[in-house]
Amino acid sequence: MIKFILKRLMYIVAALFVIVTLTFFLMRIAPGSPFASEKSLPPEIEAALQEEYGLDNPWYIQYKDYLVSTAQFDFGESMKYKGRSTNDMIAESFPISLTLGIEAMILAVGLGVLVGVVTALYHNKFPDYLGTTIAVLGISVPSFILAGLLQYFVGLKWQLLPISGWNGFIYSIMPAFAIAVTHMGFIAKLVRSSMLEQNSSEYVKMARAKGLGKWTTVFKHTLRNALLPVVTYLGPLFAGVITGSFIVEQIFAIPGLGKYFVTSITNRDYTVIMGTTVFYSIILLFAVLIVDIIYGFIDPRINLKGGKK
Amino acid sequence: MKKNFLWVAILAALTLVLGACGFGGGDEKSEDSKSEGKTLNLSIASEPPSLHPQLATDTQSGSILNGVFEGLTRVDDKGNVENAMAEDVKVSDDKLTYTFTLRDDAKWSNGDQVTAGDFEYAWKWALEPKNAAQYSYIFYAIKGAEAYNMGKGKAEDVGVKATDDKTLEVTLNNPTPYFLELTAFYSYMPINKKVAEKNDKWYADAGEDYVTNGPYALKEWKHNDSVTLAKSDNYWDKGNVDVDTINVAMVESAATADRLFQNGDLDFLGAPFQTVSLDKIDTYKKDKSLQITDTASVYLYKFNTKDDVMKNENIRKALTLAIDRQGLIDNVTKGEQKPANGIVPMAINGWDSQQTFFKDNDMKGAKEALAQGMKELGIKNASDIDIKLSINTDEAHAAIAQYVQEGWHKNLGINVTIDNSEWQVYLDKVDNGDFQVARMGWTADYNDATSFLDLYTTADTGNNQTGWESKEYQALMAKAQKETDVEKRLALLQEAEAVFMADYPAAPIYDYTSLFVVKDGITGMEPDVLGNINLKGVKIAK
Amino acid sequence: MTQSNENLPKISKDKFTIVGGKHDKTDQLAEKSVSFWKEVRLRFMHNKLAIVGFFILIIVALMAIFVPWLSPYSYREQLGVYNAPPSAAHWFGTDDLGRDIFVRVWFGARISLFIGLSAAVIDLIIGVAWGSIAGLAGGRVDDIMMRIADVLTAVPYLLVVIILLVVLQPGLLPMIIALSITGWVNMARIVRGEVLSIKSREYVLAARTLGANTTHIIMKHLVPNALGAILVTMTLTIPSAIFTESFLSYLGLGVPQPMASWGTMASDGNNALDTAPWRLIFPAILISVTIFAFNAVGDGLRDALDPKLRK
Repeated sequence: MIKFILKRLMYIVAALFVIVTLTFFLMRIAPGSPFASEKSLPPEIEAALQEEYGLDNPWYIQYKDYLVSTAQFDFGESMKYKGRSTNDMIAESFPISLTLGIEAMILAVGLGVLVGVVTALYHNKFPDYLGTTIAVLGISVPSFILAGLLQYFVGLKWQLLPISGWNGFIYSIMPAFAIAVTHMGFIAKLVRSSMLEQNSSEYVKMARAKGLGKWTTVFKHTLRNALLPVVTYLGPLFAGVITGSFIVEQIFAIPGLGKYFVTSITNRDYTVIMGTTVFYSIILLFAVLIVDIIYGFIDPRINLKGGKK
Repeated sequence: MKKNFLWVAILAALTLVLGACGFGGGDEKSEDSKSEGKTLNLSIASEPPSLHPQLATDTQSGSILNGVFEGLTRVDDKGNVENAMAEDVKVSDDKLTYTFTLRDDAKWSNGDQVTAGDFEYAWKWALEPKNAAQYSYIFYAIKGAEAYNMGKGKAEDVGVKATDDKTLEVTLNNPTPYFLELTAFYSYMPINKKVAEKNDKWYADAGEDYVTNGPYALKEWKHNDSVTLAKSDNYWDKGNVDVDTINVAMVESAATADRLFQNGDLDFLGAPFQTVSLDKIDTYKKDKSLQITDTASVYLYKFNTKDDVMKNENIRKALTLAIDRQGLIDNVTKGEQKPANGIVPMAINGWDSQQTFFKDNDMKGAKEALAQGMKELGIKNASDIDIKLSINTDEAHAAIAQYVQEGWHKNLGINVTIDNSEWQVYLDKVDNGDFQVARMGWTADYNDATSFLDLYTTADTGNNQTGWESKEYQALMAKAQKETDVEKRLALLQEAEAVFMADYPAAPIYDYTSLFVVKDGITGMEPDVLGNINLKGVKIAK
Repeated sequence: MTQSNENLPKISKDKFTIVGGKHDKTDQLAEKSVSFWKEVRLRFMHNKLAIVGFFILIIVALMAIFVPWLSPYSYREQLGVYNAPPSAAHWFGTDDLGRDIFVRVWFGARISLFIGLSAAVIDLIIGVAWGSIAGLAGGRVDDIMMRIADVLTAVPYLLVVIILLVVLQPGLLPMIIALSITGWVNMARIVRGEVLSIKSREYVLAARTLGANTTHIIMKHLVPNALGAILVTMTLTIPSAIFTESFLSYLGLGVPQPMASWGTMASDGNNALDTAPWRLIFPAILISVTIFAFNAVGDGLRDALDPKLRK
């Protein structure tokens, strides 16, 4: 177990190194600078700016500086937003993204399992077709289209929920739903197929034969086993929910981290790009690790010694 | 069976409850926006990069700075210059020395007196090389400013001097008829020396160190979310400030902002804070709510005169004439923009009388010029010409480029490809001359033709980009710079523009307009020709 | 059935559930003699959703091929009628520049499908090569290759894609590169798994003893046997590529104008939801329907190929 975790931590460090290096060199190659604007700067001013942020150093010095700052988790001051430290920016905006993400995850898992169970129980009957259609729609509608439609109809036309902003729980319903829908569809599909598989297994037949009700069987027997694949999906789900929020945050004007990440790239705000990328990567890498560990606890068939898969 | 459905219901309820718990870390913003007094709800497209008057470079920050700070002068919504922090301005006969006297009741929001020293401090701060203020060039009209900013001169030699707490003396290089407009610009606004010296990050957040001298104080700044301004008690002219609170939400998506406006969550939508999206212009025109004002900005296609094909003047002329500007405006941009004829917009002082250099949509002239140009270049067929039209990624630029592309292709028979790049990449390409035709917009910093004409004095002026230069043009510009008579100066500048246009280094497309919609009962929101809204003068009828 | 039981004590109906006929039980006996692929096909045909998906894909592909070719308009021609609603002349209406949306949508289908297919093919090539080499070589080589894959999976995909697209410039080729840059890892894993299980079988051993070289073994033995798994992975890669393409288009990183892809069209149309909804609706429906179809076919294939689900 400990060996497994150590091994995985090593991968995380290696992956982080790859990410930092990749990001650094991509940013080096990318034309542009954080100080560029339509009105070009006198060369002297530009030089002063470059010097202030150490951009006049040769690339290997800058690369070393980046590695050091990454290791210390101190990414320095934003080059675009004057006087603001990257760490502060992340600390302010991440809780918002996280809240939205968790809400979306709960929605996705809750609704996904519900739809999955119902469709499996009424296999090839009306609820199955309805549920499957919902799941398929969820998977196949891009979130930005859904977000736009929700905002227009639910927010503006029917006046049910606020159009945008982030001032309380009610503001988070539409964005969370827009993020959750795709994942809800996937989870519903997963649950449905693994429930069907379980339903044809001997122990379920036995339980039903003993006279247990349909739903009792579900809760007492099938669901627990059918949920295993959902647990494996939690890692990618978390990653998807957190990164999938870029667009939704933009559409609903939510001051989360996703917006910073995208704008920092278009602004060439090097320090913020590096900070947000490393931060996101760490979160995602650990999310996957934690899910794998949990999975090991739930499913005794998996051993975590890290043997050949 | 029924009982089992109960279980599902409980499960569903649990989901919702958990949902509520997961939200825990949210905001607890009280409903204070509904507090007593008059409230104005605005939105801007992005987080202001900096609310430091000397560091700001963009309209988002500029519009807020205009509300919270105040310079020596102020430009009202008619474009007239009036005294603001200065009670009196004296100009010497040679128009080179300005003496400003500050008003007695000019106070900072923390109660300190606004002194001439605060101005001197702010301006020199902007020029100090290590602060690397990007807009420092706007001070170059002042004697010694450029040298100090370039690291070649000393701070003491800059022509700004606070002779006492009330008096600021400014010496200029050349007679600058628009200098009193410059002093209204946000780069020229003062900062509180005492506070700024104590805390060099005073401008990063709202709070007791964010000290301002304008009609409003910065009450709250939730990064990436909203800025709240509140009427300032220490402002000298607070009797003329009607609005108590201004909420500025940051809404990036134009579609979202539009929905907020329709829903009544915003009182104003449009330039300079945000754009009325192309798709909504017709809707607002139909219900007659769309308002349009002229702006001193020009949209143009620059030619790279160093390019193998674009070096030919007749080809450039052909491309310039073969744009159906009116058709473009009516069908694509839709904002009643004015077809542009020169590089200086007609809204600029004294430019409404300027001669026309070419006829819009002149296909006959274009074909003749093209034939001539092809002969000079030794090209047989028009279809052998491939032109790359560079734009940066943007819905409106793409629409315009596609319209022009079709026009050139259909009428001249040449091939045009659109080279679409992300903004930063695009700037890099244009600066390095890696383009044939490139779009550029240029907005005046001050209401004077030199704001446009200065770009083309030499080929390597940073913003020229066309590679074009002319001795004649340089001579005219130099002469205009020394001219003290306003009319004569104007004539010289107009002549310079004619010299430029004769060579077609750029194809002017249209003069921008500011489009906006505003809720009934709110007045004073019309942007001036520079596209700024004077938040001080906004009135809300109750 | 029920009428004849009148004299029996009443038993509440809901003690019973109809579980459906077991017709497949009888089919199974006959199936024993058919070949694997025929069996797969039969099972696939039984899956209604998969069949529907399959026909949708055929229709979309045919339309994508023929509509831009046969239509009187071209995808970039500006017809002077701006934002016109659907009509007899323009079935799906026109857009803000007066271009026929019907043509653009099907032209966009070419681009979007091309992006999806290319991404899938690149995944296939790299993934199969990587996976089979790792699987066949085994030992240290396998270990190193799979660790590299592990690290790559850990790299957050979207972050890399966005940064990469900004650097490479939006365009068709960069889009395909960006989409397939980490996608192949999954394919490599699956192929390696298959290879490991097939490698130890007797017939491969026999081929080896007969002196067949590695390429021969990969091409003649491993690939055909791993084909099922590969096919399923590919059908599921395409919709996710189309999905990601539309996502990136929304961020302004889509294919350049006047080229059309479903993603760029939908994100353009997104702003016109309340003024010219047809600009959003048609590309959005096509994206959704196509993604649905690929998923249905992919799921159907997987079920048909998976022996565990044989009933």
